[in-house]
Amino acid sequence: MALDESVRAQMASIVERYPRSRSAVMPMLHLAQSAEGEVSDEAMRVIADMLDLTTAEVTAVATFYTMYKRRPVGKHLIGVCTNTLCGLLGGDAVYAALTDRLGVGHDETTADGMFTLERIECQAACTHAPVMTVDWEFMDCQTPSSAVEVVDRLARGETVVSTRGPAIRDFEATEHTLAFPDDGLAGQGGEADDMMLAGLRVAHELGMSAPPVPGQES
Amino acid sequence: MATPLTPVITAHWDVPDLFTLDGYRRTGGYRALPKALAMDPDAIIGTVKDTGLRGRGGAGFPTGLKWSFVPQGDGKPHYLVVNADESEPGACKDVPIMMANPHALIEGVIISSYAIRANHAFIYIRGEVPQAIRRVAAAVREAEQAGYIGTNILGSGFDLRVTVHSGAGAYICGEETALLDSLEGFRGQPRLKPPFPAVAGLYSVPTVVNNVETITNIPWIINNGVEWFRLFGTEKSPGFKVFAVSGHVVRPGIYEAPLGITMRELLEYAGGVREGGRVKFWIPGGSSVPMLNEDHLDTPLTYEAMAEAGTMLGTGTPMVFDDTISVVKSVTRWLEFYKHESCGKCTPCREGTYWITGMLERFEQGHGADADLDLLNEVCGHIMGRSFCALGDAAATPYPAAVQLFRDEFVSATRTPVDETFPPAAGYVFSAVGAR
Repeated sequence: MALDESVRAQMASIVERYPRSRSAVMPMLHLAQSAEGEVSDEAMRVIADMLDLTTAEVTAVATFYTMYKRRPVGKHLIGVCTNTLCGLLGGDAVYAALTDRLGVGHDETTADGMFTLERIECQAACTHAPVMTVDWEFMDCQTPSSAVEVVDRLARGETVVSTRGPAIRDFEATEHTLAFPDDGLAGQGGEADDMMLAGLRVAHELGMSAPPVPGQES
Repeated sequence: MATPLTPVITAHWDVPDLFTLDGYRRTGGYRALPKALAMDPDAIIGTVKDTGLRGRGGAGFPTGLKWSFVPQGDGKPHYLVVNADESEPGACKDVPIMMANPHALIEGVIISSYAIRANHAFIYIRGEVPQAIRRVAAAVREAEQAGYIGTNILGSGFDLRVTVHSGAGAYICGEETALLDSLEGFRGQPRLKPPFPAVAGLYSVPTVVNNVETITNIPWIINNGVEWFRLFGTEKSPGFKVFAVSGHVVRPGIYEAPLGITMRELLEYAGGVREGGRVKFWIPGGSSVPMLNEDHLDTPLTYEAMAEAGTMLGTGTPMVFDDTISVVKSVTRWLEFYKHESCGKCTPCREGTYWITGMLERFEQGHGADADLDLLNEVCGHIMGRSFCALGDAAATPYPAAVQLFRDEFVSATRTPVDETFPPAAGYVFSAVGAR
């Protein structure tokens, strides 16, 4: 049983964040997923008991949100944005290259349990298109070959670092972060990147800045 | 004279440790907080009202007015909820703000909570962006340790708790009432309004729901005042805006400028359309607002001018597509998105997105029916205004705008698959010049 006493104690601590206990259901589901790699029937029963809900009420939540998985996910969840902007700027080709390499399609897991592949929706990173995610960590500005290289390196057990975050761990570790976000990794991924600094750099080059506060002009 | 770039929120993003408390303080951070706590809360609401700041999440509702709807002295708890569920296709400015400068958001949260008399604030961040969630959560902890969050903040007598909440993949939760249902532990489905959240929001008590960028404006407003704020933008669209320019431009990225800058000016700062390309169509603020073509490159990016042009400023995150892109395929992909993200509560949206997507997919394969050109408009008309929330309206938006500007392309797609007319590889950004 993966939902041991320590997981249950962590679940109980989540409840304290909210004025009403039911609000804890989403982070509790993330935590259950971090322990079991999916949201199991048992996890939903445990959460329902702890929150004094019916299993049906928890199931209703667990089946509504895309990130909760009712089947085991591979060690790594690979997502490729194929919404219009990323997809048409190359995400479609990135996705095709990964289906070729991994031999699986959307929402399928490789036989060795290493990778689950998904077409995902807009990740709020259109300036970094085409966008891929590994265990939801950003892998920005991909090409078909760079994406294949990422999964090859992960398959060999090598370290792969997110373009704007920490070294890739695994799907379950990210799910734990979503339940307990202050995981000590906030400093990873460093400073703002080229896309985030694009306008600031142009402003510096052209000597542009915001107007001074009236009466405080230097 | 060209509109200059005016970095305010983004002015110090090149400071490597800006996301830490020390980094933010070195750039002047947390100076607005003591100033605000010395003010009467109503005076802060009045100040925000006077700036004319409008919500940066898409709808553009005046922020100070929203705050003033919260009944005071009602004996009920009040809540501030920050909508950080940025999921609109094309929108990519709140996640960078949270990654680069989470403390500015937190300082805004504390001041805004004080103004509306909320002692508990929630930041609802979409679950797919763990690094943004980490940075905000770490900022909350640092602010707690510094005494900016907690009991009797800076000796003011004001108490505040801040809870960071991870979403789990649902575009609909960017709609404020769906977000509240989600935060209460339900499926994220919109509520009928009225009552509005300011009266009956989270747990049915007065709640203000504001976008990340909106709240991040607050420290600068407190520090620099109304007169300064109104030096930016227009009478009806005052202030600065974190524009995020994406698509076929040389330097996609974040460009902060006064409202009223034009797309042509933003394009110039972004290095122009990529080599050999020209603007075929562009969308000012997310896939939920109607597309425009080259004719509107000189239209000011303000709420009022965009409305006059038949579209909306939306999230202020323009997507630019050049001639290599099929408008039929673009619209089909957006409708597949809305179909996937429809919460299913309202029949017109749930069924309409299904039928529209099916018809559009036939066009994409070159099997579109002539009669469907008008039928699609009719179906969109049956969705528009007939669902609880704006997702239905959004789903009914891309096709009518596209067929008005590019009818020939849809006609062509009754005979020829769009991938033949528009070879996909031509649209990719990594073929010619290599990966960025």
